[in-house]
Amino acid sequence: MSDMILEAPHAGAMPDSAEDPIAAATAVLKQRFPDHIQDETRDGYEGIVVHPDKVVQVSQALRDELGFNYLSSITGVDLIEENKLELVYHTYSINQGGPALVMKVQVDRDNPVLPSLVPVWPGAEYQEREAYDLFGFQFEGHPDLRRILTWDGFHGHPMRKDWKEPFFEEDNKPFGSRWPGGEVSRAEEKNPFGKNVQYPAGWVPTLEEPEAETDSYAGITYTREQSTGLKTDKVTINMGPQHPSTHGVFRMALTLDGETIVGLKPVMGYLHRNHEKIGERNTFIQNIPYTDRLDYISSMSNNHGYVLAVEKLMGVDVPERAEWIRILMVELTRIVNHLWAVGFLLNDLGALQTPMLYFYIERELILDLFESTSGSRMMCNYMRFGGLAYDLPEDVRGTPIMKFLHDLIYDRLPRALEQGDVLMTGNEIVRARGIGVGYLSAEDAIAYSTAGPVLRASGVQYDVRRAQPYSYYEHLDFDVAVRYNGDIYDRYLIRLDEMQQSLRILQQVLPHLQETEGSSIISGKPQYAIRMPRAGESYGRVENPKGELGYYVTAKRRDANPARYHVRSPSFINLTALEKMSLGHKVADVVAILGSIDIVLGEVDR
Amino acid sequence: MYGLGILKGMAVTFKHFVATYMDDIFWASRGGRYYNDEALAVRQSLEGRGVITVFYPEEKLPVPERFRFVPFLVTDEPAPGQKWGHEWCTSCGICAKACPPQCIWIKRGTQPNGRPKPEPEEFYIDIDICMNCGLCAEFCPFDAIKMDHDYELASYDRTTAHIHDKERLSKPISYWREIAPRKAEAEAAARDFAQESKQKKKGKRGEGSDEPEARLEEMKARQLIYKGELY
Repeated sequence: MSDMILEAPHAGAMPDSAEDPIAAATAVLKQRFPDHIQDETRDGYEGIVVHPDKVVQVSQALRDELGFNYLSSITGVDLIEENKLELVYHTYSINQGGPALVMKVQVDRDNPVLPSLVPVWPGAEYQEREAYDLFGFQFEGHPDLRRILTWDGFHGHPMRKDWKEPFFEEDNKPFGSRWPGGEVSRAEEKNPFGKNVQYPAGWVPTLEEPEAETDSYAGITYTREQSTGLKTDKVTINMGPQHPSTHGVFRMALTLDGETIVGLKPVMGYLHRNHEKIGERNTFIQNIPYTDRLDYISSMSNNHGYVLAVEKLMGVDVPERAEWIRILMVELTRIVNHLWAVGFLLNDLGALQTPMLYFYIERELILDLFESTSGSRMMCNYMRFGGLAYDLPEDVRGTPIMKFLHDLIYDRLPRALEQGDVLMTGNEIVRARGIGVGYLSAEDAIAYSTAGPVLRASGVQYDVRRAQPYSYYEHLDFDVAVRYNGDIYDRYLIRLDEMQQSLRILQQVLPHLQETEGSSIISGKPQYAIRMPRAGESYGRVENPKGELGYYVTAKRRDANPARYHVRSPSFINLTALEKMSLGHKVADVVAILGSIDIVLGEVDR
Repeated sequence: MYGLGILKGMAVTFKHFVATYMDDIFWASRGGRYYNDEALAVRQSLEGRGVITVFYPEEKLPVPERFRFVPFLVTDEPAPGQKWGHEWCTSCGICAKACPPQCIWIKRGTQPNGRPKPEPEEFYIDIDICMNCGLCAEFCPFDAIKMDHDYELASYDRTTAHIHDKERLSKPISYWREIAPRKAEAEAAARDFAQESKQKKKGKRGEGSDEPEARLEEMKARQLIYKGELY
């Protein structure tokens, strides 16, 4: 591991560790930039408000001197009443862990110009593109400011509060037409080119759009002089969107020198449905089943992050049994996800189907449990604010639940993981293709805001379950798996390690399940219409199998819908580092590098 | 030795191969390798060792009680000669309000005197939009909408066949008891509990004044179900 990562920031700038690090860092910043930093004055909100002119300097101070070196999330917020747009940055300290230092920048809604943070944190690149795409922020100095989730011919910025989609019905659910009159007209019965559809000025839907495609390659530049040996032209090729190795509808525009990659631009958004806009119109509880569909491999942990964020806002407690069952489900989900990820990574490396299908057999057993408990194998919709929807079932396919869990956790899964390890870890082909390929250094892993196994395989021991424990994780004994080489092979190994750690956690959870048998699983009355008791913001983050999953939720007092709902999706942000990992490797390696990041397009495109 | 890793991996594959055929041989004399429910139950479980394929649609795995698919409406047992019984639905609209994709729409019935009738005149679910989340069934205070187990809904005509109307949705309570016996039993117990406390209150306070109280008791009983205490 690089020394720079673990070494504490120099003593001079570092506040007294007994103090609250956030307060101390804020004090230092205020002293340094007295005219450009204000306190957040809104009730229920936290952090500092920075003047747009000094964002870059403040970020540099945060990163280099105060130890907040990890930019986790960038969220745009439309403050339409004040005619402002706000950008919320969540920065964390990798070395110290702990909560976020929240930095906010407010700009004029009609002229939302502010400096880009890409020079400070390269990981801001796609998140800023997203903020531009969905809100219209203009980032000065951004290397490649184009739309990322919507298509190039899209009109307007959909996350702005005054943007209405085609077939717009009402601002918030539930829609008035559903009851008691039952007068529903279906969207498809309306004219698709009706008055409610907007296009950019001068764009005719029936004409082809000649400019849009070339935009994808605009960011890729090269010169002939770079190549050694025979002077040949570079070739730009498309991989995807219909390509089996891209794990869904995902496209990479590759520029090749021979077979060596000299440029890579991911093109995404084929599955974009503006999850966040849907979420802002849903009531709080209606969002839970939608979160299932983000990273559809691990719906249980998606639920968890969202209910944590809303519970923080509502101020409800969770009964003990519910917390233990949540950890049980979330850790089983981690195993499900990693079995899937490893299976597909090996598939990408040429071990076609066999390891994947062996892992599927185990995955099916866990899904049996999910189905018996929540009613669905993948779209679990299991967690509620203040607890869970249902208790554990009596049995899973005829086996009593505790026996099933015991056999699964102590016998079946350890054996399967052991077998999977023997099956492929020592395989010479896997080693040859994995070791040294797709290298990401620890510094880069932090700078590119990567999270989860990708970050930890690069030697950064950062896990939200340890850094900022939620649920009962502080009471559980487990190690944060870490590997130091930052290549494909380590990203494969770290998933095996994490599954072992999950098993350790599960073994500790089982006795608690037995103890709390029969006690309550939800606090208060299950409600379908929740009114938020207070105004405020809340950021709930969990260590999802793919990385840090964060939900930023704000609400007004007595509102039934979130005012802002943002998802920090690990798959999306981890892709920022894809080009860095791939440069200099061959086309066939890109397939494996992408597999080692482990993306799910439902979450990337949102 | 180079290639040892590959050989070790092949040994694992070979073990799976052998285990699968051992299973096949074991079950061949006990009802057959394929289309054997008893064998399927074991080979799909934690005890299963080899690899197995379920031959859908000839073979189907049973779904657990809590399995949820497109909802249906619960009715009383139809009287002889009638198509379906009295709807339990009171068209209160909670399911339509809780529904995340807003795929339920209800036309509330009216009585001859113009007041709302506690029965839906029309009830539609657009199953193209339904996301099978189960929130409607979870929050229905009358146990009138339940999640079905019938997942084979493919049809040739998307536009009309996929909007289920009241006739298509209504199923008798005996069907619910059949597909989810334990759940149905717990719910019936909760209803009885509520009814009982309603009777008690009635004796205490006289008739007519207890309607909201009784509703509250039923909600309390429902809590017990949520907490799993009646399971």
